[in-house]
Amino acid sequence: MESILEVKDLHVSFSVRGGEVKAVRGVNFTVGKGETVAIVGESGSGKSVTAQTIMRLIPSPPSKIKQGQVIFNGEDLLSKTNKQMEAIRGKDIGMIFQDPMTSLNPTIKVGKQITEGLIKHQNLSFAEAKTRGVEMLKLVGIKNAEARFNQYPHEFSGGMRQRVMIAIALACRPSLLIADEPTTALDVTIQAQIINVMKDMQERFGTSIIMITHDLGVVAGMADRVIVMYAGEVVETGTSMEIFKNPQHPYTRGLLRSLPRIDQRKDEPLVPIIGTPPDLIKPPVGCPFAARCDHAMKVCERIDPDPTHLSDTHMSRCWLQHPMAQEVQSS
Amino acid sequence: MVRYITSKFLYMLVSLLILITATFFLMKAIPGNPFMSEKQVPPQIRERLMEQYGLDKPVIVQYGQYLKNIAQGDFGISMKMQNKEVTGLITDTFGASLKLGLVAIVVSLVVGVLLGLLAALYHRRLIDNVAMVLAVLGIAVPSFVVASMLQFVFAQKAGIFNVMGFNGPLDYVLPVAALAAQPIAFIARLTRSSMLEVLHADYIKTARAKGLNWMTILFRHVVRNGILPVITYLGPMTANIITGSVVIEQIFGIGGLGKVFVSSISNRDYTLIMGVTIFYGVILMLARFLTDIAYVFVDPRIKLTNRKEG
Ligand SMILES: Nc1ncnc2c1ncn2[C@@H]1O[C@H](COP(=O)(O)OP(=O)(O)O)[C@@H](O)[C@H]1O
Ligand code: SF4
Ligand SMILES: [Mg+2]
Repeated sequence: MESILEVKDLHVSFSVRGGEVKAVRGVNFTVGKGETVAIVGESGSGKSVTAQTIMRLIPSPPSKIKQGQVIFNGEDLLSKTNKQMEAIRGKDIGMIFQDPMTSLNPTIKVGKQITEGLIKHQNLSFAEAKTRGVEMLKLVGIKNAEARFNQYPHEFSGGMRQRVMIAIALACRPSLLIADEPTTALDVTIQAQIINVMKDMQERFGTSIIMITHDLGVVAGMADRVIVMYAGEVVETGTSMEIFKNPQHPYTRGLLRSLPRIDQRKDEPLVPIIGTPPDLIKPPVGCPFAARCDHAMKVCERIDPDPTHLSDTHMSRCWLQHPMAQEVQSS
Repeated sequence: MVRYITSKFLYMLVSLLILITATFFLMKAIPGNPFMSEKQVPPQIRERLMEQYGLDKPVIVQYGQYLKNIAQGDFGISMKMQNKEVTGLITDTFGASLKLGLVAIVVSLVVGVLLGLLAALYHRRLIDNVAMVLAVLGIAVPSFVVASMLQFVFAQKAGIFNVMGFNGPLDYVLPVAALAAQPIAFIARLTRSSMLEVLHADYIKTARAKGLNWMTILFRHVVRNGILPVITYLGPMTANIITGSVVIEQIFGIGGLGKVFVSSISNRDYTLIMGVTIFYGVILMLARFLTDIAYVFVDPRIKLTNRKEG
């Protein structure tokens, strides 16, 4: 598949009083045309920082991109000027955020917030932009779109606001949509609706989607591929099938065990992962998951395992899958 | 909307009635009257004066009469300057106070908002630190101290301005500066914290994610929203400037209403005190009323809250 985005060896840090928070530590992944890639991981694993670095939305200082490349349509976004990024944001890459209650400007009519981007990127008149905006509202499933166009955000429910956010993000038909926990703040029933809207829009426009979430359950029906992040690193990637049916990394398995399932037996309790992620000011030299891992071995604490490729699409960073370790284990 | 405005208007009328009543009965409760003071006045003359001012009637009758007169814009006759009507005294002198006050309000708003915005944009940098130190000083130092200092430095020593008087435009500078110092400090702090909040708001990130350039974001999203809390301060600021002007007019020898008010108190000129008090009250309440209405026009969320209630 032709890739639209390649994140290569990305390192992002924040300078804070106690030192340097190494939030993203060597992240690699690609997103194909029309593909949906999910990034999952507990809170603090570096998902949002990764996403916002792609969009170049994190203020610097305090953030600093230490290393890496973000190749979008063949060009490195990290070497673009601010002005060049402005022309890409909203036009080629759209983004929606976690909290629909605070993501819209409360004092500006919803319609105007949709047309802003259209007017800027496509040089439309307000009337033309309005036609497009109303059309977008209809597409994301907002009834009475003409009337709603002239309403303020507080006149919308949380789910409806998230639909508006999708309309804003996709108004200029970007080729990539980054959704950072778009359903986390919503009720379960609404979550499904929002996912459906996103899927529907993807079918219509062929948009690639990066779907960020801490809840593996959200991505099950949506993602083609899953990227599991932990402590600023990618610890496992694979197709949805590989991750759900054949998870390898103990952290991924832990995430899945902590997820309620439909076929779950009553006597089979949900198992949360015990412990907390490491301090990213002084990240451990070995496997970052070692302190919480049931399978941790001596080598885990000393050396961070390299990626092990289990198939063309399946990768895990764990000594258990490492060819060298497997020999030791089986012997 | 109409409902909201009507309710605010009624609220204003009720407050006004309470103010008038309170002022009236407080004045009645104070022992003595201007005809009792320093000089001994012959009893007959005193009685005639009492009669002339209606002071011999029962209090409740006086109250009724007073209300009726006020409704017609008649605050009675000054007790000290016996050929002058209170209403006339107010209208004659209010012009100067109004000019001074309005200029002070405009200057406070412009300078305060600008200072606060700069402080927020350059958060924790030199401009911010300087602005906030100035703001703390501005809030802590009373306006009459500022006035005296300005007078001393710029009029007395440097000789740039007149010490007293209120004739040319230059004569505005020092009194306006003295009056505006505290409001500027308040507005700057208010603006700064509200702009900082807006700058960190999620919807600013949304606006950036749309690819808008920073200037567009700044004016369309940041400043517009960050300025809202300042509107709530318009009422208190008017109060601050009115009370401030009472003293400032005295210091700079400006023949405004404030000066009349001060002398009415030292003269125990009851009708004049009451008239000016109520007049000030009306201005304050009007300021509040207009603030409430202004807020509805700029903040759409308020309309809804009231639509739900009504
Ligand atoms: N502005 C910031 N200053 C300092 N540290 C930050 C900042 N933003 C994020 N971090 C740190 O970066 C790490 C990753 O954060 P984030 O990407 O938001 O995680 P998540 O996976 O929950 O989205 C966290 O440890 C967080 O504390
Ligand atoms: S490398 Fe070791 S500590 Fe890390 S996940 Fe694998 S087994 Fe656990
Ligand atoms: Mg996040």
